[in-house]
Amino acid sequence: MTAPPAIEPAAPARRDFLGKLGTGLGILAAAELLAVVVAYLAPGKGGAGRGAGLVVAGPVGEFTPASVRAFPGGQFYLVRLADGGFLALSSRCTHLGCTVPWNEEQRTFPCPCHASTFDEKGDVLSPPATRALDLFPVVIEGGIVKVDTSRRISRARFEPGQVVHL
Amino acid sequence: MPEPSRKPSGFANLVLHLHPKLVPAAALPLPLTFGLGGASAVLFLVLAVTGALLLVVYGPSPERAHGTVARLVDEIPFGALVRNAHHWAANGLVLVCGLHLLRVFYRGGHLPPRKGNWFVGVALLLLVVGCAFTGYLLPWDQLAFWAVTIATGMLEYVPLAGDVLLRAARGGAEVGPATLARFFVLHVAILPVALLLLLAFHFWLVRKVGGVILPAGAGDRAAPRGPLVPTSPDLTQREGAAALVVLAAVMLLAALWNAPLLAQANPGLSPNPAKAPWYFMGLQELLVHLHPASGAVAAPLLGLGMLLALPALSGAEPPTGRWFGSPRGARHALVAALLAAALTFAAVLANEPLRRGKPWLPALPPAVRNGVLPLAVLALVLGLVSWLSRRRGGTRQEAVQAAFTFALASFAVLTLVGVFLRGPGMALVLP
Ligand code: HEM
Ligand code: FES
Repeated sequence: MTAPPAIEPAAPARRDFLGKLGTGLGILAAAELLAVVVAYLAPGKGGAGRGAGLVVAGPVGEFTPASVRAFPGGQFYLVRLADGGFLALSSRCTHLGCTVPWNEEQRTFPCPCHASTFDEKGDVLSPPATRALDLFPVVIEGGIVKVDTSRRISRARFEPGQVVHL
Repeated sequence: MPEPSRKPSGFANLVLHLHPKLVPAAALPLPLTFGLGGASAVLFLVLAVTGALLLVVYGPSPERAHGTVARLVDEIPFGALVRNAHHWAANGLVLVCGLHLLRVFYRGGHLPPRKGNWFVGVALLLLVVGCAFTGYLLPWDQLAFWAVTIATGMLEYVPLAGDVLLRAARGGAEVGPATLARFFVLHVAILPVALLLLLAFHFWLVRKVGGVILPAGAGDRAAPRGPLVPTSPDLTQREGAAALVVLAAVMLLAALWNAPLLAQANPGLSPNPAKAPWYFMGLQELLVHLHPASGAVAAPLLGLGMLLALPALSGAEPPTGRWFGSPRGARHALVAALLAAALTFAAVLANEPLRRGKPWLPALPPAVRNGVLPLAVLALVLGLVSWLSRRRGGTRQEAVQAAFTFALASFAVLTLVGVFLRGPGMALVLP
């Protein structure tokens, strides 16, 4: 026993505390670093994504009731329901983001990626998708239908209030 | 045998940084490891070399990517060969690395004293899959674009942080130029360097515990690992020959089959069916059946958790180092695999009309009905399988092995269904 015995009794508690402090600070630093990296990589939501802007779809008379027309450039479908109301449905599947085609025969949007299907109002007919297709605001000015593709509206299901009438 | 010279040759000197001077003769036969770890290392080297060549031509931006890859294939001498070799080596690495994991597991190489290296191995597997998947986006064709759209879309279902994670992965709300920039950096710099560093650690840990796991009873009391032989040439010649076989296989595949290159990415049109790369098809098939919170987040995390938990679950008994622990262990694993294959296939078939029809148990929310409930049933079945194995005389290790085999075979069947039996609209079709 040559080591100075006087230090021994006090040390364990202090060492324990310092050790815990060190671990805690280390975890804190790692969490901060992670948050910084994620913040750096995830840019703000600023809406000007692909296909941003106002798309002029055409005069109201061009769209017959109970019809669906694709606008691939704006990535939406302009739907005119049987009652004459308009809906602009995003063509992006709400499950994991594939583009849904329109099947005229079955009058559904069947997703090619995991087989979700949506009806012409965008409601989910079969899972795995959990939400109806997103909407874009429709504006009718002077008999011309316009769709604002810079504002994506997500919704759980179809509600009559979403339809835009003349 | 003359005394090994004091100064080994340059080559032997290099090799002896990886291997000890002498190795047990019992470590030499091929069926011990099938050389799968070594084959993975060779494939990694092939990828580094062919990758460097590809990098000279490739332009990492959405405007240039597809064009430069097409030019590589059409105009550059041996461009197609280099690209094919990179493609086949990458797919080979995912496969061989997975088989290596199975070899290690079914011989008890994941148990103490090699437990730490098992965790390193799991990290290596994630890095390998990460490399393969980030590389998948780079050609910027339809295959690439939609596979990455789907896979990054899964992040959205992570509770709380989903939105920010999605935007961090894509660099925006959608897959675009920022996504390509991220994936490019990950693919050519961050992931390969991380892989290389971790590999060095992996090899060092293999050597530190005295080499690969050997069947118990290889030697006697005096020399528990049996007689020793010089590493060079006994081991090095075998390794060299195996490396040449791997290289020849890659070049043969590259000469015979082209890596796919579809039309340039078109965000307005998903191919029908849009399929993920084969190592993700099991997951994609699962996503067809499960609520996304379970299919995209819970199930992958549980799978990873299971890999990490295997050493702890298996108890403290030392491994026998024989395949499947014992012939009984092999029998139990086989029964579990067959049972899993039959049940999984039946479940896929049964769910086909069910998921299109009226929801059963309509009182439950979909996240429970199509997510928590099926996963709970699976957990119950896994528990049942290991309980049965115990009842029929299996050791704890063998019981855990049977349950893991059940989960593995189930995933394999999902992968096969996804790859071969899914047609347009992801409907079930004959191959
Ligand atoms: C790039 C990927 C990998 C490479 C290049 C690699 C390479 C190797 C090599 C050369 C060995 C010596 C024995 C043999 O050749 O089989 C080895 C052993 C081992 N590997 Fe890997 N490996 C990789 C991935 C993995 C994975 C995914 C796991 C499991 C999660 C893993 C777990 C282990 C363990 C536990 C050992 C020691 C096993 C024993 O000693 O029997 N490795 N690895
Ligand atoms: S992306 Fe449409 S069903 Fe999965």
